[in-house]
Order: sequence, then C-alpha cells, then structure tokens
Amino acid sequence: MTGLYLGIDVGAVTAKAVLLDGDGQVLARAVVPTGLDFARAGAEAAQAVLTAAGAAAEDIRVTVATGYGRRNLAFPSLSLTEISCHARGAYHHFPQAMTVVDIGGQDNKIIRLGKDGRLLGFRMNRKCAAGTGAFLEEIARRLDIPLASLESLARESSDAVRLGSFCTVFTFTEILTLMRRGVAVPDIVKAAFRAVVQRVAEMEALEGQVVATGGVVAHNPFIIPLLAEATGVQVLVPPDPQVAGALGAALLGRDEIVPRY
Amino acid sequence: MRPGRNSNDLKMPAAAVNEGPMRDHYPLQGNAPQPAFKPFAAAARLKNFLAGYFAELNAAAQADRPRVAWCTSVGPVELLRSLGFLVYFPENHGALLGASRRAMDYIPTANAQGFSPEVCSYLTSDIGAFIRGETPLTRAYPDILAVPRPHVLVYSTNQCRDVLDWFGWYARRLQAPLLGVESFRQVEEVTSTHVAAMSRQLQALVPPLEAISGEKFDLDRLREVVALSRRGSELWGQVLKTAAHRPSPLTFFDAAIHMAPAVLARGTDAALDYYEELLEEVQGRIDQGVAAVDGERYRLYWEGMPIWGKLRDLAGFLASRQACVVASTYCNSWVFTALEPGDPFDSLARAATELFIVRSEAAKERYLVDMVQRFGIEGMVFHEAKTCPSNSNSRYGLPRRLAARLGLPTVVIHGDVNDLRLYSEEQTLTSLEALLEQMAMAPAR
Repeated sequence: MTGLYLGIDVGAVTAKAVLLDGDGQVLARAVVPTGLDFARAGAEAAQAVLTAAGAAAEDIRVTVATGYGRRNLAFPSLSLTEISCHARGAYHHFPQAMTVVDIGGQDNKIIRLGKDGRLLGFRMNRKCAAGTGAFLEEIARRLDIPLASLESLARESSDAVRLGSFCTVFTFTEILTLMRRGVAVPDIVKAAFRAVVQRVAEMEALEGQVVATGGVVAHNPFIIPLLAEATGVQVLVPPDPQVAGALGAALLGRDEIVPRY
Repeated sequence: MRPGRNSNDLKMPAAAVNEGPMRDHYPLQGNAPQPAFKPFAAAARLKNFLAGYFAELNAAAQADRPRVAWCTSVGPVELLRSLGFLVYFPENHGALLGASRRAMDYIPTANAQGFSPEVCSYLTSDIGAFIRGETPLTRAYPDILAVPRPHVLVYSTNQCRDVLDWFGWYARRLQAPLLGVESFRQVEEVTSTHVAAMSRQLQALVPPLEAISGEKFDLDRLREVVALSRRGSELWGQVLKTAAHRPSPLTFFDAAIHMAPAVLARGTDAALDYYEELLEEVQGRIDQGVAAVDGERYRLYWEGMPIWGKLRDLAGFLASRQACVVASTYCNSWVFTALEPGDPFDSLARAATELFIVRSEAAKERYLVDMVQRFGIEGMVFHEAKTCPSNSNSRYGLPRRLAARLGLPTVVIHGDVNDLRLYSEEQTLTSLEALLEQMAMAPAR
C-alpha cells in the first residue's frame, strides 16, 4: 500500500486523523483526546489510522497537519490552517458555494466559499471562547452532569428560558438565578445550546447554503435545528463532521498542485 | 500507539513532504526562517538622534530653560518650536513602554487608580509608569531619571478624547497649564470653514504660549519651522513611497521604528538629516535589488495601530512566510503635504484636519483604495485595538466594504496597542496565516 495521504487535525480538545488512498477514498479515521501533548496526540491519531488501514508510515506520500497543534508534530508534515482544511473538507461533501460554520472546542470559524470552492473570506471568534465547545463543557461541569448527556437533556426541554450574557462566567451567574427559580435542568441546557448558536450567528451573516462542521455538531446534533431556526436557512452536516478538518487536510495534501477546492 | 509512548517513535518518511512538487505549491511552509528586521545603517544615526533628543529635554527640564512643552503626536508642534519650546511627546513614551513590554507592568497601576482597562493603553501605561516613578528612558540613558517636567501641556483632540484626559491628569498632578485645540471629526471634505475655525484656535494659543515661554511670537520663525516640517515630511513620505517597488525595500515594521524622527523632530533640521540618509539607503536597496523580505510573495497593508509588544514577533512571522507589509495608514499619518510656509496657520490647520484619523468613513475608504492601488496591495490586515477605538477602522464594516469593492482578502485581528492582555497570539497568527492561504490559493490578480 503506497501513495497515501494523511490529514491530522490537532485541536484544543481532540486530535483527529484521516487516511486517504490515492483515489481520495477514506481508509480510516481516528479521534483521540489531545491532552497536554500536541505531538503525542498527533502521533497517536496518525498511528491509529495507519493501524486501522493496515498501512505503514512509509506508505504515506504527504502529511498535512492543521489545528492548534499543527506546528508541534514530531514528524514531518505540511501545515495549513483549520480554516483552509475545514473549507476543503466541507466542499468535498457539498461541492457548491457555501458558508461553513465550524464550532470547535476552543474557537469558532465562519468560512465563506465560492462555487468553485475558493476561500472568499473567514471570521474567527474573538479571544473569548463563549459559544464554543469550551462553553458547553463549563456549563456541564457547573451543572454537574456528564458532557455527553447535554444532547439528550436538551431534547427533554420545554424551551422555557433564554440566556443573555456574552460571558461564560456571567452566564453561569444567570444559570444560578434560573436554578433558584426552579427552572428545570433540561431547559437550562437547551438555553445553553441556544447561546452557542447565538454567538455563532452574530459573528457573521450566514448566507446561502450553510454547512456545519466540528466536534460540537458531531456530539450534539440537536444544535443543527437551532442553528437553522436562528439563521433562517437550511443547515447541512457532512458525514463525520468532527473529522472534516482532518479530511480537508488530507485532501489538500492530495490536491498536490495549488489547492483548488 | 499506546498512550505514554514517545511520539518520536512514529517515524514518518521525510521524503513524504520534503521533495516533489508539494514544496513549491504550498508557499506557506516557508523556507529558512527570516530575520524580523534587516537592519538599516541609518539605525546608528537614529540611536544618536534619540540619545540627543532625550538628553536635551532632560537638561532643559533640570535647568528650567528652554521651556518644555508636552504635546500630542499631531498637535501644534510647529507653533511650539517657533516659540522656543523643546517638545516631548507622551504618546511616544507610551509606544516605548509598549515596545519594551514594560507597559504590562504599569497598566494595572493606572487601572487601580480608576482608569478603566478599556481606555487608551498608552495613557494607562504612561500614567502607571509615572505613578511608579519609572521610565524606560532610564534604562537606555542612565542619566535620565524621569520624564522631563512640562512647563505646559498642549493637546489636539485629533487623535482621540483620551489625550485630553491623559494630559488633564498631568496638568492637575503637576500644576502645569493645559492648552489645546478641539479637532473636527468625521470630516468628509476639508472645507475653508474647517480650516478657518482650526486656524483661529491655533492663533488663540499664541498669547498664553508667549507668556509661558517668555518669547515673543515671530511669524517668520513659524514660517521657517513650517518649511522644515514640510521638507522633513516630504522626505519621510518619499521613504515610505519606495515600498511601492517590488520587492519592497522596507516593511511597515521597519517604518514603525524609523518614523521616530518624523514624530519627535518635526520642524527641525534633525529630521531632514535623518530622512535624507534613510532615503538614500532605501533607494540603494532598490538599486541593488535588496528586498526587506527575501522572496517577497505577498504584499500586505496594515491598517490601525501597531501592536508594539509584538512588533518583532509579527515581523518575523510574516517575513518567514514571504509576506511583506509594505504600507500602513499609521506610518503615513506623519506625511503632511498641506503645510505651506507662506500661509502657516491655515496650512497647519488644514494638515491637522486632513488627517486620516479624523475623516469620515467614506473618506477613509477612498484613502485606502488609493493606497491599495499605489502600493500594489494584495491583502489587508485590520488591527482592531481594544483600547484605541479612534484608530481602529474595522468597527463599522470597512474591511467588508473594501473586500467587496476591491476583490481583496481582508482580515481583522483583535489585539491592542500596548495591553497584551487583550492579544491572543494563537488566534492572531492563525488569522494571518489563513489570510496568506487565501491569497496563495486565489487566482493571480
């Protein structure tokens, strides 16, 4: 097995890897916790896809790294930003003009693509992580409920409350007020999802076809109809949205010439 | 791989990325890291100029002669010089505190005195340093133990309202007189009405300044100073214009350092001497084909204030990606083509009202379109400085309007002029890198 393409997305929360064959077919994908060591997490994700595909490092023709830890890998790789890689990954599944919304563990990106897949512009959230996966993690921790249960709890909500603050810390002050008033936890959780959507929607006008990627969407598909409702547009989700960046990285490696999305 | 196993155990073939067509087609991988700055020989003269400038101020403050005026950066400097004042610029001191990264020691001191963390971080770092009785000047020049005490503080609000609050604090603290002019803002076209009103304000400063300086106002002397200011300004403008050449012989980051005489020595022979030498040197670079950034591949524009504490880091980061910031509004804001020695007050009034910072959004847009065309700009970086709303031009949709009008990639980075608590390195670098990727992948313009 030779001529493979490896994409690694070392994010703030998880490291993702996708291995493609020469035809661009996905051979394997992996997600591992990033922890504190970007290099190790990237290597673990890479090794996981190689093992799953029965391939060796020598079989890889090009490795492209992206994500926060893209410059920290201990093995040679090209480096491209998450913005280019998520765009490429989304365009692979939906080859059309679109706005990509990537809700990650630590930051959000809104990326506009032309119909040829060319990057037309992008926005990242400001320094604040409100509206990202980190916000949901904090809310789960403060409510003392497992992160994985947010989705199912929100589905039980009667949709009775809203959260208004920008700030994660102040949001929890609001939540304390709601709890004192006896508001049910599912309603609070749904309000937290709405807050995420609101932070995203106010970053940039979401126009045309919207495609959502990232780990938050992957683990909380409940957020998609909320996003559609807030923006008034249909929101598409690619298969395996969590690894869209790693897939895009591998595809950009395979594009070889100046990437044409 | 098992958790805990050394990541170096995963051996990836170097040939996978280091050979073949990929390297050429992924321009952002960079070649050898490049230095942040290619030093100019003129830097030695700059160092001497600064030493002399601050020594003269220090001596004057101690001897009580000549009189020392503190002035805002684009305040009525020429008038002050014509009356014999030596002029000190707190904004320059703020920039020194930022560039030396000492600002972060002092901003909290000012915050604790009631200055909000959201007001000008030049102000908070400068006042914080004063409260602590420290200045970076002491480190550079051991004989200078404090900033020179002012006999008068003179402001123009053309930079912002914060300068008035800043100078007002010192006026109260040091019992020094505070004078100044109130600028027009949001000026669409500079009219004779603007000029006449500002000119009258400038002329009204003469009697109180005469009283403080002890010197009689001399119109001919003012004409001489305005002539020097005009000539120095033209030379500085010519230096900046050389960046239109491909490859550019200097970057915005170079210019941010070499602009010191344009600010501090406005209206003096020292500025002329300095910029004549620097101009010769940058033209020499063009003649010899020397680029400020080796292999210049991306030509960028910087709109907004520098991030002083990150100047070197950002210069190196961009240079290593073959990106040259060839022009900026900031450095061009000390080019005053309106100055006319034959008509000193009105031309000073016009120069102060033509400034980018006091213009309407539409006028700013026209200016930036012109700069993009003149300098062959391919991408624009807007620095939104949290504590400097007056000089952050990304807040009312300008980057998006320019992107649509010029088909040009733009990016907004969120930071600050001096307060590094408001700067996120990772997000800034990723945004800049993504801008370059967008440019790399776009069809040739």
